[in-house]
Amino acid sequence: MPTWGTVTMRSSDTQRLLTSKAAPLSDFSLILRRLHVDGPLFLGLLLICGFGLFVLYSAVGESNRLLTNQVIRLGVAFIAMLIVAQLPPDFMRRWTPWGYLIGLVLLVLVLIKGDVGQGARRWLDIGIRFQPSEAMKLAVPMMAAWYLHDRQIPPKLGQLVTIAVMIIVPTLLIAKQPDLGTALLIAASGVIVIVLAGMSFKLFIGLGIAAIPGALVLWNFMQDYQKQRVLTLLNPDSDPLGAGYNIIQSKIAIGSGGLFGKGWTNGSQAQLEFLPERDTDFIFAVLGEEFGLLGVLTLVVLYMFVIGRGLYISVQAQDTFSRLLAGSISLTFMVYVFVNTAMVTGLVPVVGVPLPLVSFGGTSMVTLMAGFGILMSIHSNRKLLPH
Amino acid sequence: MAALLSPIKDVLSERRLFLSRVIIAAVISIVLLGIVVARLVQLQVIDHELFAEKSQGNRVRIEPVPPIRGLVFDRKGRVLAENLPAYQLELIPEQVDDIDDTLNRLAAINLIEVEDIPRFKELSRSGPRFKPVTLKFRLTEEEIANFAIQRPRFHGIDFQPRLVRHYPNGAEVAHAVGYVGALSTADLQRLDPAAYAGTSHTGKTGVESAFESDLHGDAGYRHLITNARGRQVPSDTSDLLNSLPADASSEPGANVYLSIDLDLQRIAYEAFDGRRGALVALDPWTGEILALVSAPAFDPNLFAVGMTTSQYRELQDDPDRPLFNRASRGAYPPGSTIKPMLALAAIETGATNLTRKNLCRGYFQLPGDEHRYRDWKPEGHGPVDLHDAIEQSCDVYFYEVSRDIGIDAMHDYLDRFGLGTKTGIDTGGEHAGLVPSREWKKNNFRNRDDQRWYHGETVIASIGQGYMLATPLQLASAVGALATRGQRFRPHIVAAVEDGLTAERRIVQPERLPDVEISNDIYWEYVLGAMHDVMQGSRGTARAVGLGAPYEMAGKSGTAQVVSIAQDQKYDEAELEERQRDHALFIAFAPFDNPRIAVALIVENGESGSGVAAPIAKSIMDAYLGYGDDAQ
Repeated sequence: MPTWGTVTMRSSDTQRLLTSKAAPLSDFSLILRRLHVDGPLFLGLLLICGFGLFVLYSAVGESNRLLTNQVIRLGVAFIAMLIVAQLPPDFMRRWTPWGYLIGLVLLVLVLIKGDVGQGARRWLDIGIRFQPSEAMKLAVPMMAAWYLHDRQIPPKLGQLVTIAVMIIVPTLLIAKQPDLGTALLIAASGVIVIVLAGMSFKLFIGLGIAAIPGALVLWNFMQDYQKQRVLTLLNPDSDPLGAGYNIIQSKIAIGSGGLFGKGWTNGSQAQLEFLPERDTDFIFAVLGEEFGLLGVLTLVVLYMFVIGRGLYISVQAQDTFSRLLAGSISLTFMVYVFVNTAMVTGLVPVVGVPLPLVSFGGTSMVTLMAGFGILMSIHSNRKLLPH
Repeated sequence: MAALLSPIKDVLSERRLFLSRVIIAAVISIVLLGIVVARLVQLQVIDHELFAEKSQGNRVRIEPVPPIRGLVFDRKGRVLAENLPAYQLELIPEQVDDIDDTLNRLAAINLIEVEDIPRFKELSRSGPRFKPVTLKFRLTEEEIANFAIQRPRFHGIDFQPRLVRHYPNGAEVAHAVGYVGALSTADLQRLDPAAYAGTSHTGKTGVESAFESDLHGDAGYRHLITNARGRQVPSDTSDLLNSLPADASSEPGANVYLSIDLDLQRIAYEAFDGRRGALVALDPWTGEILALVSAPAFDPNLFAVGMTTSQYRELQDDPDRPLFNRASRGAYPPGSTIKPMLALAAIETGATNLTRKNLCRGYFQLPGDEHRYRDWKPEGHGPVDLHDAIEQSCDVYFYEVSRDIGIDAMHDYLDRFGLGTKTGIDTGGEHAGLVPSREWKKNNFRNRDDQRWYHGETVIASIGQGYMLATPLQLASAVGALATRGQRFRPHIVAAVEDGLTAERRIVQPERLPDVEISNDIYWEYVLGAMHDVMQGSRGTARAVGLGAPYEMAGKSGTAQVVSIAQDQKYDEAELEERQRDHALFIAFAPFDNPRIAVALIVENGESGSGVAAPIAKSIMDAYLGYGDDAQ
């Protein structure tokens, strides 16, 4: 039984605690372990969120109300993480197909009778308002990992097709809302599972080439504003006051920040409202302007630490499901970070992906932290194995 | 099925495969984030200067500081145009919740007019939301007090102090000084947008318009920190205000001194007493204009302050056309006022001599033509020579000599006096008048028959009728040339321009024009003597005016038909509309021996040049020469 293993581990810790000189620290780590919390990961997340709040305070125009708002959301997200961390991986695995199916049903419901917000149908109101697409961010990689759990990896072609269907169906449903950014990220989280499961790179590249017609289909799915964003990336100066405005102002903000930045709450681009969406998608530019290269590198290093810790947890995981899920969650987080920072610095199109744990907003943060809860659960529920 | 498969899983190889994939993924992650970091280095280190500059350009807005407009003075240093602080009513669109309601309520308390509401709504929609829209340029003290009480009811409406152009003498100098009005789109195309960026008004007519470049001054500028919508950021965000470039203050416009004498101006304007007409008085030896009046006029302050739609319509639709500058733009048949000039033409061309007498029977007929060209005096003047013809204004004498002078010589001599061409007055805005000739007729008529010059037209032209047109300004300049015996100076209204900062004065020098060359001075004496007798002779047409004057003067009356009267029809004023009555004209200069002032004027439908126009001319000369009512 998995619980038996953890109990053993805990008792060994207790013994170490009794003999250790650094008693208070070990006491603390004992509490963390009892709560199924991974210390390094928790610390990394805490630092990112703390730094993020600092930047956000400036980005929301020093509004205490909005800052409190965000602190509450972070609190909720951390609680969600803690709750998820208590669920054993086997439990999560068993319930994965049901969760996935319910998610699909909800996605269909959203398309039928969802609430419209900002020109897209994303919200569902069943007692509480929420976005089913958020749940799918975790449900899709879990489903892929569940499917591969009992099978020999690398997966065979037929199995790949099955997984591909599992990924594509929710992706298309979400793209139809339309929420292209989320759809792509969810597809990515599923694909990451397959790649981690050892799918041949030849096949991957071959599929990539074969996906070009698919991309053309996707292009037709896109709204005009989304097409415009892609086109704008290619030449932002072509429409400096229209679609290219965001990228131009964001580059000016970051570039003018220089090495050390203009100082907290002193970024003229951000404070004088030249920078659009400064507290959400473009908050990274605020950081770049006010804290300079030093500030952005600090955040990037913190992100890398969290990603690295996540990958370490995935390597340490003891079954296929845990391994693939942990790897996918960590790498999807990396994709988030990369897409947002690359978008803000003008490397990829503006797709509307927030900077994880820093951007203002709640729903995605809960999902994100729930994912880290899964990582913690996986890590804290390892069975002791002889080395 | 899952249970069946699990035992044959190769756990070890699976772990190895997964590890290798994670390592690859980690490398890819590092590469991807490395690309972002490289990009950050590029933006923040390599291209930092460029973006720092762009950021600065983004937030710093250069706001123009409008210069203070120069003042306008008369020849004795009295203010004709100044700038006064005034409170104006402004609406700030973003602070008003319901624009319609607010404007309607303002109209209800009579601060604005109902028919201006659509215009204000359009204005508040078109500009930036934070930019004030001026609803009323000058509030009276009563309006300020009234509004102050009600202010809490009008969110987003406030009064602000501004400098507003003010003309203390109102209508009296309106057409000479001109006025400023709000900059129009057309103005902005003509003017340097940088220099006028902060300016709200520009000269529209008269001196205000012609000397705009002197009066306006140089705009300064100051740097402002603005946000993305162009709104100025309050100065308490002090950190953002660092490292701004230095501001430049504006330089005031030049003060302009006119040759106009406010007293003459006032006397002349009052002398018209509501009648339509115009008067120009000038110094014949310099061309300096002493008075330039067009009546009725208007209050130029209305333009500077801004009018309501109904006020403007009232001015526009007034049948007396107060906005029309009759002095320089009004072209009238000069009537008999051209006779002294034609007399010189007649002598010089040999059409007559100083002694030849003709019998005036009250009418003239061309050979082989039944048409009777009538004299103003139906019974005729009897035997008259050229002197008598001027003194008594005998039309028949001029009808007769006109055939021998010929229209082209008539054109030539009148042209030498400046008739038929623009005088080139420094304020511009004048009509060229018209002195017909064979060539003119050929060029200006389409029909072959109309292109021919008829003898009858020469006859009519000899008494300043027919096609002939002249402005009061041209007549004043011409009588000036008579007074100086042929010396001509370009009429001008601005005497000096004074730098707004250094007070350095640039005096405008008289510009001499080509003289009117007459072969023998005796001819001048003869014709001017006849003009003298018009005022002081026993049979002079204006002897009633010249009688008992403390100085001697010369003049010539003119009465110009507005409509032609059919043959043998009795002239009956009662039957004619008031506006179809003859125009009364008069030209004069004084003192006779040493001319210092030349005057020309017209009283529209005044009927009698000597009876109605001449007294006005005399009152101006009296005042200027120191014999007026006010003189001591």
